Amino acid sequence: MIPLFVAIPLGAAFIIPLISKIREGSARWIAAGSALALLCLSVSSLWWVRKGVLVYSVGGWKPPFGICMVLDHLSVLMLLVINLIGFLVLLYSLDYIKKYTAPSLYYTLFSLLLAGLNGLAISGDLFNLFVFLEIASISSYALIAFGTEAEELEASFKYLVLGNVADLLILFAIGVLFGRASTLNMADLARSLQSISLTDPVLYAAALFIVGFGLKTALVPFHAWLPDAHPAAPAPMSAMLSGVVIKVVGVYALTRVIFSVIGITPLISSVLMFLGIVSMAAGVLLAIGQWDFKRLLAYHSISQIGYVVFGIGLGTPLGVAGGLFHLFNHSLFKSLLFLNSGAVEHATGTRDLRKLGGLCRTMPVTSATSLVASLSIAGVPPLCGFWSKLLIIMAAFQAGHTIGAVVCILTALVTLASFLKVQKFAFLRAAEGLCKGAREVPFFMLAGMVLLALLCIAAGVFFSPFLELVITPAAQVILEGRRYAGFVLGG
Amino acid sequence: MRQESGMTLIVKRITRITVSLIFLFGVYIMLHGHLTPGGGFAGGVIIALSFIHLVLAFGKKAALKRISETTISAFESIGGVFFWSIALGGLLFSGVYFLNFLPKGEAFSLFSAGTIVFCNIAIFLKVGAGLFAIFVALAFLRMPDEKEEGGKAA
Amino acid sequence: MSLYALCFILFSIGLYCLLVKRNLVKKIIGLGIAEYAVNLFFILLGFKENAEAPIIDKYAATQNFVDPLPQALILTSIVIGLGVMAVMVAISVRIYEKYRTFDIREIRRLKG
Repeated sequence: MIPLFVAIPLGAAFIIPLISKIREGSARWIAAGSALALLCLSVSSLWWVRKGVLVYSVGGWKPPFGICMVLDHLSVLMLLVINLIGFLVLLYSLDYIKKYTAPSLYYTLFSLLLAGLNGLAISGDLFNLFVFLEIASISSYALIAFGTEAEELEASFKYLVLGNVADLLILFAIGVLFGRASTLNMADLARSLQSISLTDPVLYAAALFIVGFGLKTALVPFHAWLPDAHPAAPAPMSAMLSGVVIKVVGVYALTRVIFSVIGITPLISSVLMFLGIVSMAAGVLLAIGQWDFKRLLAYHSISQIGYVVFGIGLGTPLGVAGGLFHLFNHSLFKSLLFLNSGAVEHATGTRDLRKLGGLCRTMPVTSATSLVASLSIAGVPPLCGFWSKLLIIMAAFQAGHTIGAVVCILTALVTLASFLKVQKFAFLRAAEGLCKGAREVPFFMLAGMVLLALLCIAAGVFFSPFLELVITPAAQVILEGRRYAGFVLGG
Repeated sequence: MRQESGMTLIVKRITRITVSLIFLFGVYIMLHGHLTPGGGFAGGVIIALSFIHLVLAFGKKAALKRISETTISAFESIGGVFFWSIALGGLLFSGVYFLNFLPKGEAFSLFSAGTIVFCNIAIFLKVGAGLFAIFVALAFLRMPDEKEEGGKAA
Repeated sequence: MSLYALCFILFSIGLYCLLVKRNLVKKIIGLGIAEYAVNLFFILLGFKENAEAPIIDKYAATQNFVDPLPQALILTSIVIGLGVMAVMVAISVRIYEKYRTFDIREIRRLKG
């Protein structure tokens, strides 16, 4: 069953261009159907992994010789994030993407993106991971430029250049590891690289991996592309990029490589924490002055990813669990916020906050869902963002990392201020000229937003069973580090 | 020195002779992919080059009359679907994704290696059509080009 | 070892070109150089002196051959590189149509 995670969206991506020659309208239903099937599969995979790690040898070639796919709890969490957000975003796109000229191309690229991300999450082979990373990246470059306006092309080119540098660095690092251990299977690599001294080339590979995946994640010294690229894409695509792509391509791949293959050392851990803290603070400070709705959200993505990386970098059970929980929550509320911004743009034609206003009366559903998302991201108690931030802050205090904890708290406050600004200017204050005639958006767009808002509330209210069922086992995978090799290869 | 429809008579005459040979060579490389160096990708590139050769010699109109953009894109999708169904065939017939489920035959003969020949044919179609589509989209049509499909053929 | 160093220098040249040059086309060329440097690095990892190509032959069994795995990987990586290059060229063509220039100093409508 495991290869279906790649096979279904890949098949959809190949079939859509054929079918849409005959019937233009059928592309959306194929894409939506495949996304729904993937969602069902990833929910049921929660049950598959209960007995332990599943290893699938593609083509019957046993690891470490063939390519293998590995399904453990961390992969399951990632699959859940990808396919849940993917399905809801696709639901939203059914109505949103109608205004573009070639919708079937959008669905093809979207399915390709899902295939790349799913493959990345279940790959057990370092080079295979790179190939899926490229598939996901190429489709996201094309999707950012989908509108083919001047700004979109410029943003896409910027992302292309920096993303390519990242890819080359990652490939270089894979080469270094291959030269050292003569294998590319991640479990086999983990077994060969038992102890790392400070003069080991593996440490060089680790640095290259951190820079490469850091570029993909947009951690602060490497963040320049994100505030351009994410707002330029069509709104559902920005939701996908901010909610899923930077997490799977960046955080997940980094965590997998650093923790399960290379092994965490105090040095790497402190580098990760430093990057996390800097991203948190810088992201939010850059965000607060923004007036473009989507650009503001993009800067907040940098800051929130900082939380995730900081939590995982702490390396304590509480910190890692908090980081992963925040990753899940952030994918919910950030995609929701991007979808809201898309709805606002769809209805009014602008996303400049200074020109908006009074939308809470004309667009009640969009306004209500955006309120839920804003409160979640700001960390207001009953909603999901609060619990994950609380876990990370507690973990930071526990680990004696007071500076990090204080930065976390301050960032949360500034985030709250910044989203109060969004709520006030876009939704609450008296209506401006542009927003008088705004009408609520079509059904599927509303459906996507409402479902995401409900999930935000549910993840906040039922956080403790969710934490126990999904997050803690996933955190366990990270904490077990290189014992990953034993689970995959046996013995 | 480009005239209304393509290049000079000499080029056209030579092209008429060489194109079919290049085409055949591409097919040869593809069919012997499991025996000698080469395979679907190399064969596909060669065949795309033969079409590009044709376009350069005879001009855009004459070449695109024979193979329209829709046909190219359809061929590419067919290649993709074909490759995908080989992978799924392994899953259906023997329970393992991408398993080589056909009889392997005798080593070093043309009809051997099970599904690998068919994989090569699929990649051949995809790469050939994809590369030619990229060329046409970039050089001639100036059409919207979210066509990066070469990367998928990996 | 010096071969690896040369590889690294080639990579640095490509990276320099990619990051410093102001012309989009030159950036693309720089990307190509950096990519080939990485590919070369991989191939060198599997290289053995006086070895043969890793092809099984009907007539003579090859004993001493270079590592075929990096070659297979690099074949994939070249294909990926082709795809990325195609997207890059396509986007820069479109950028030229919109801005009528390849100079990035004049392509800056995004800021903040």
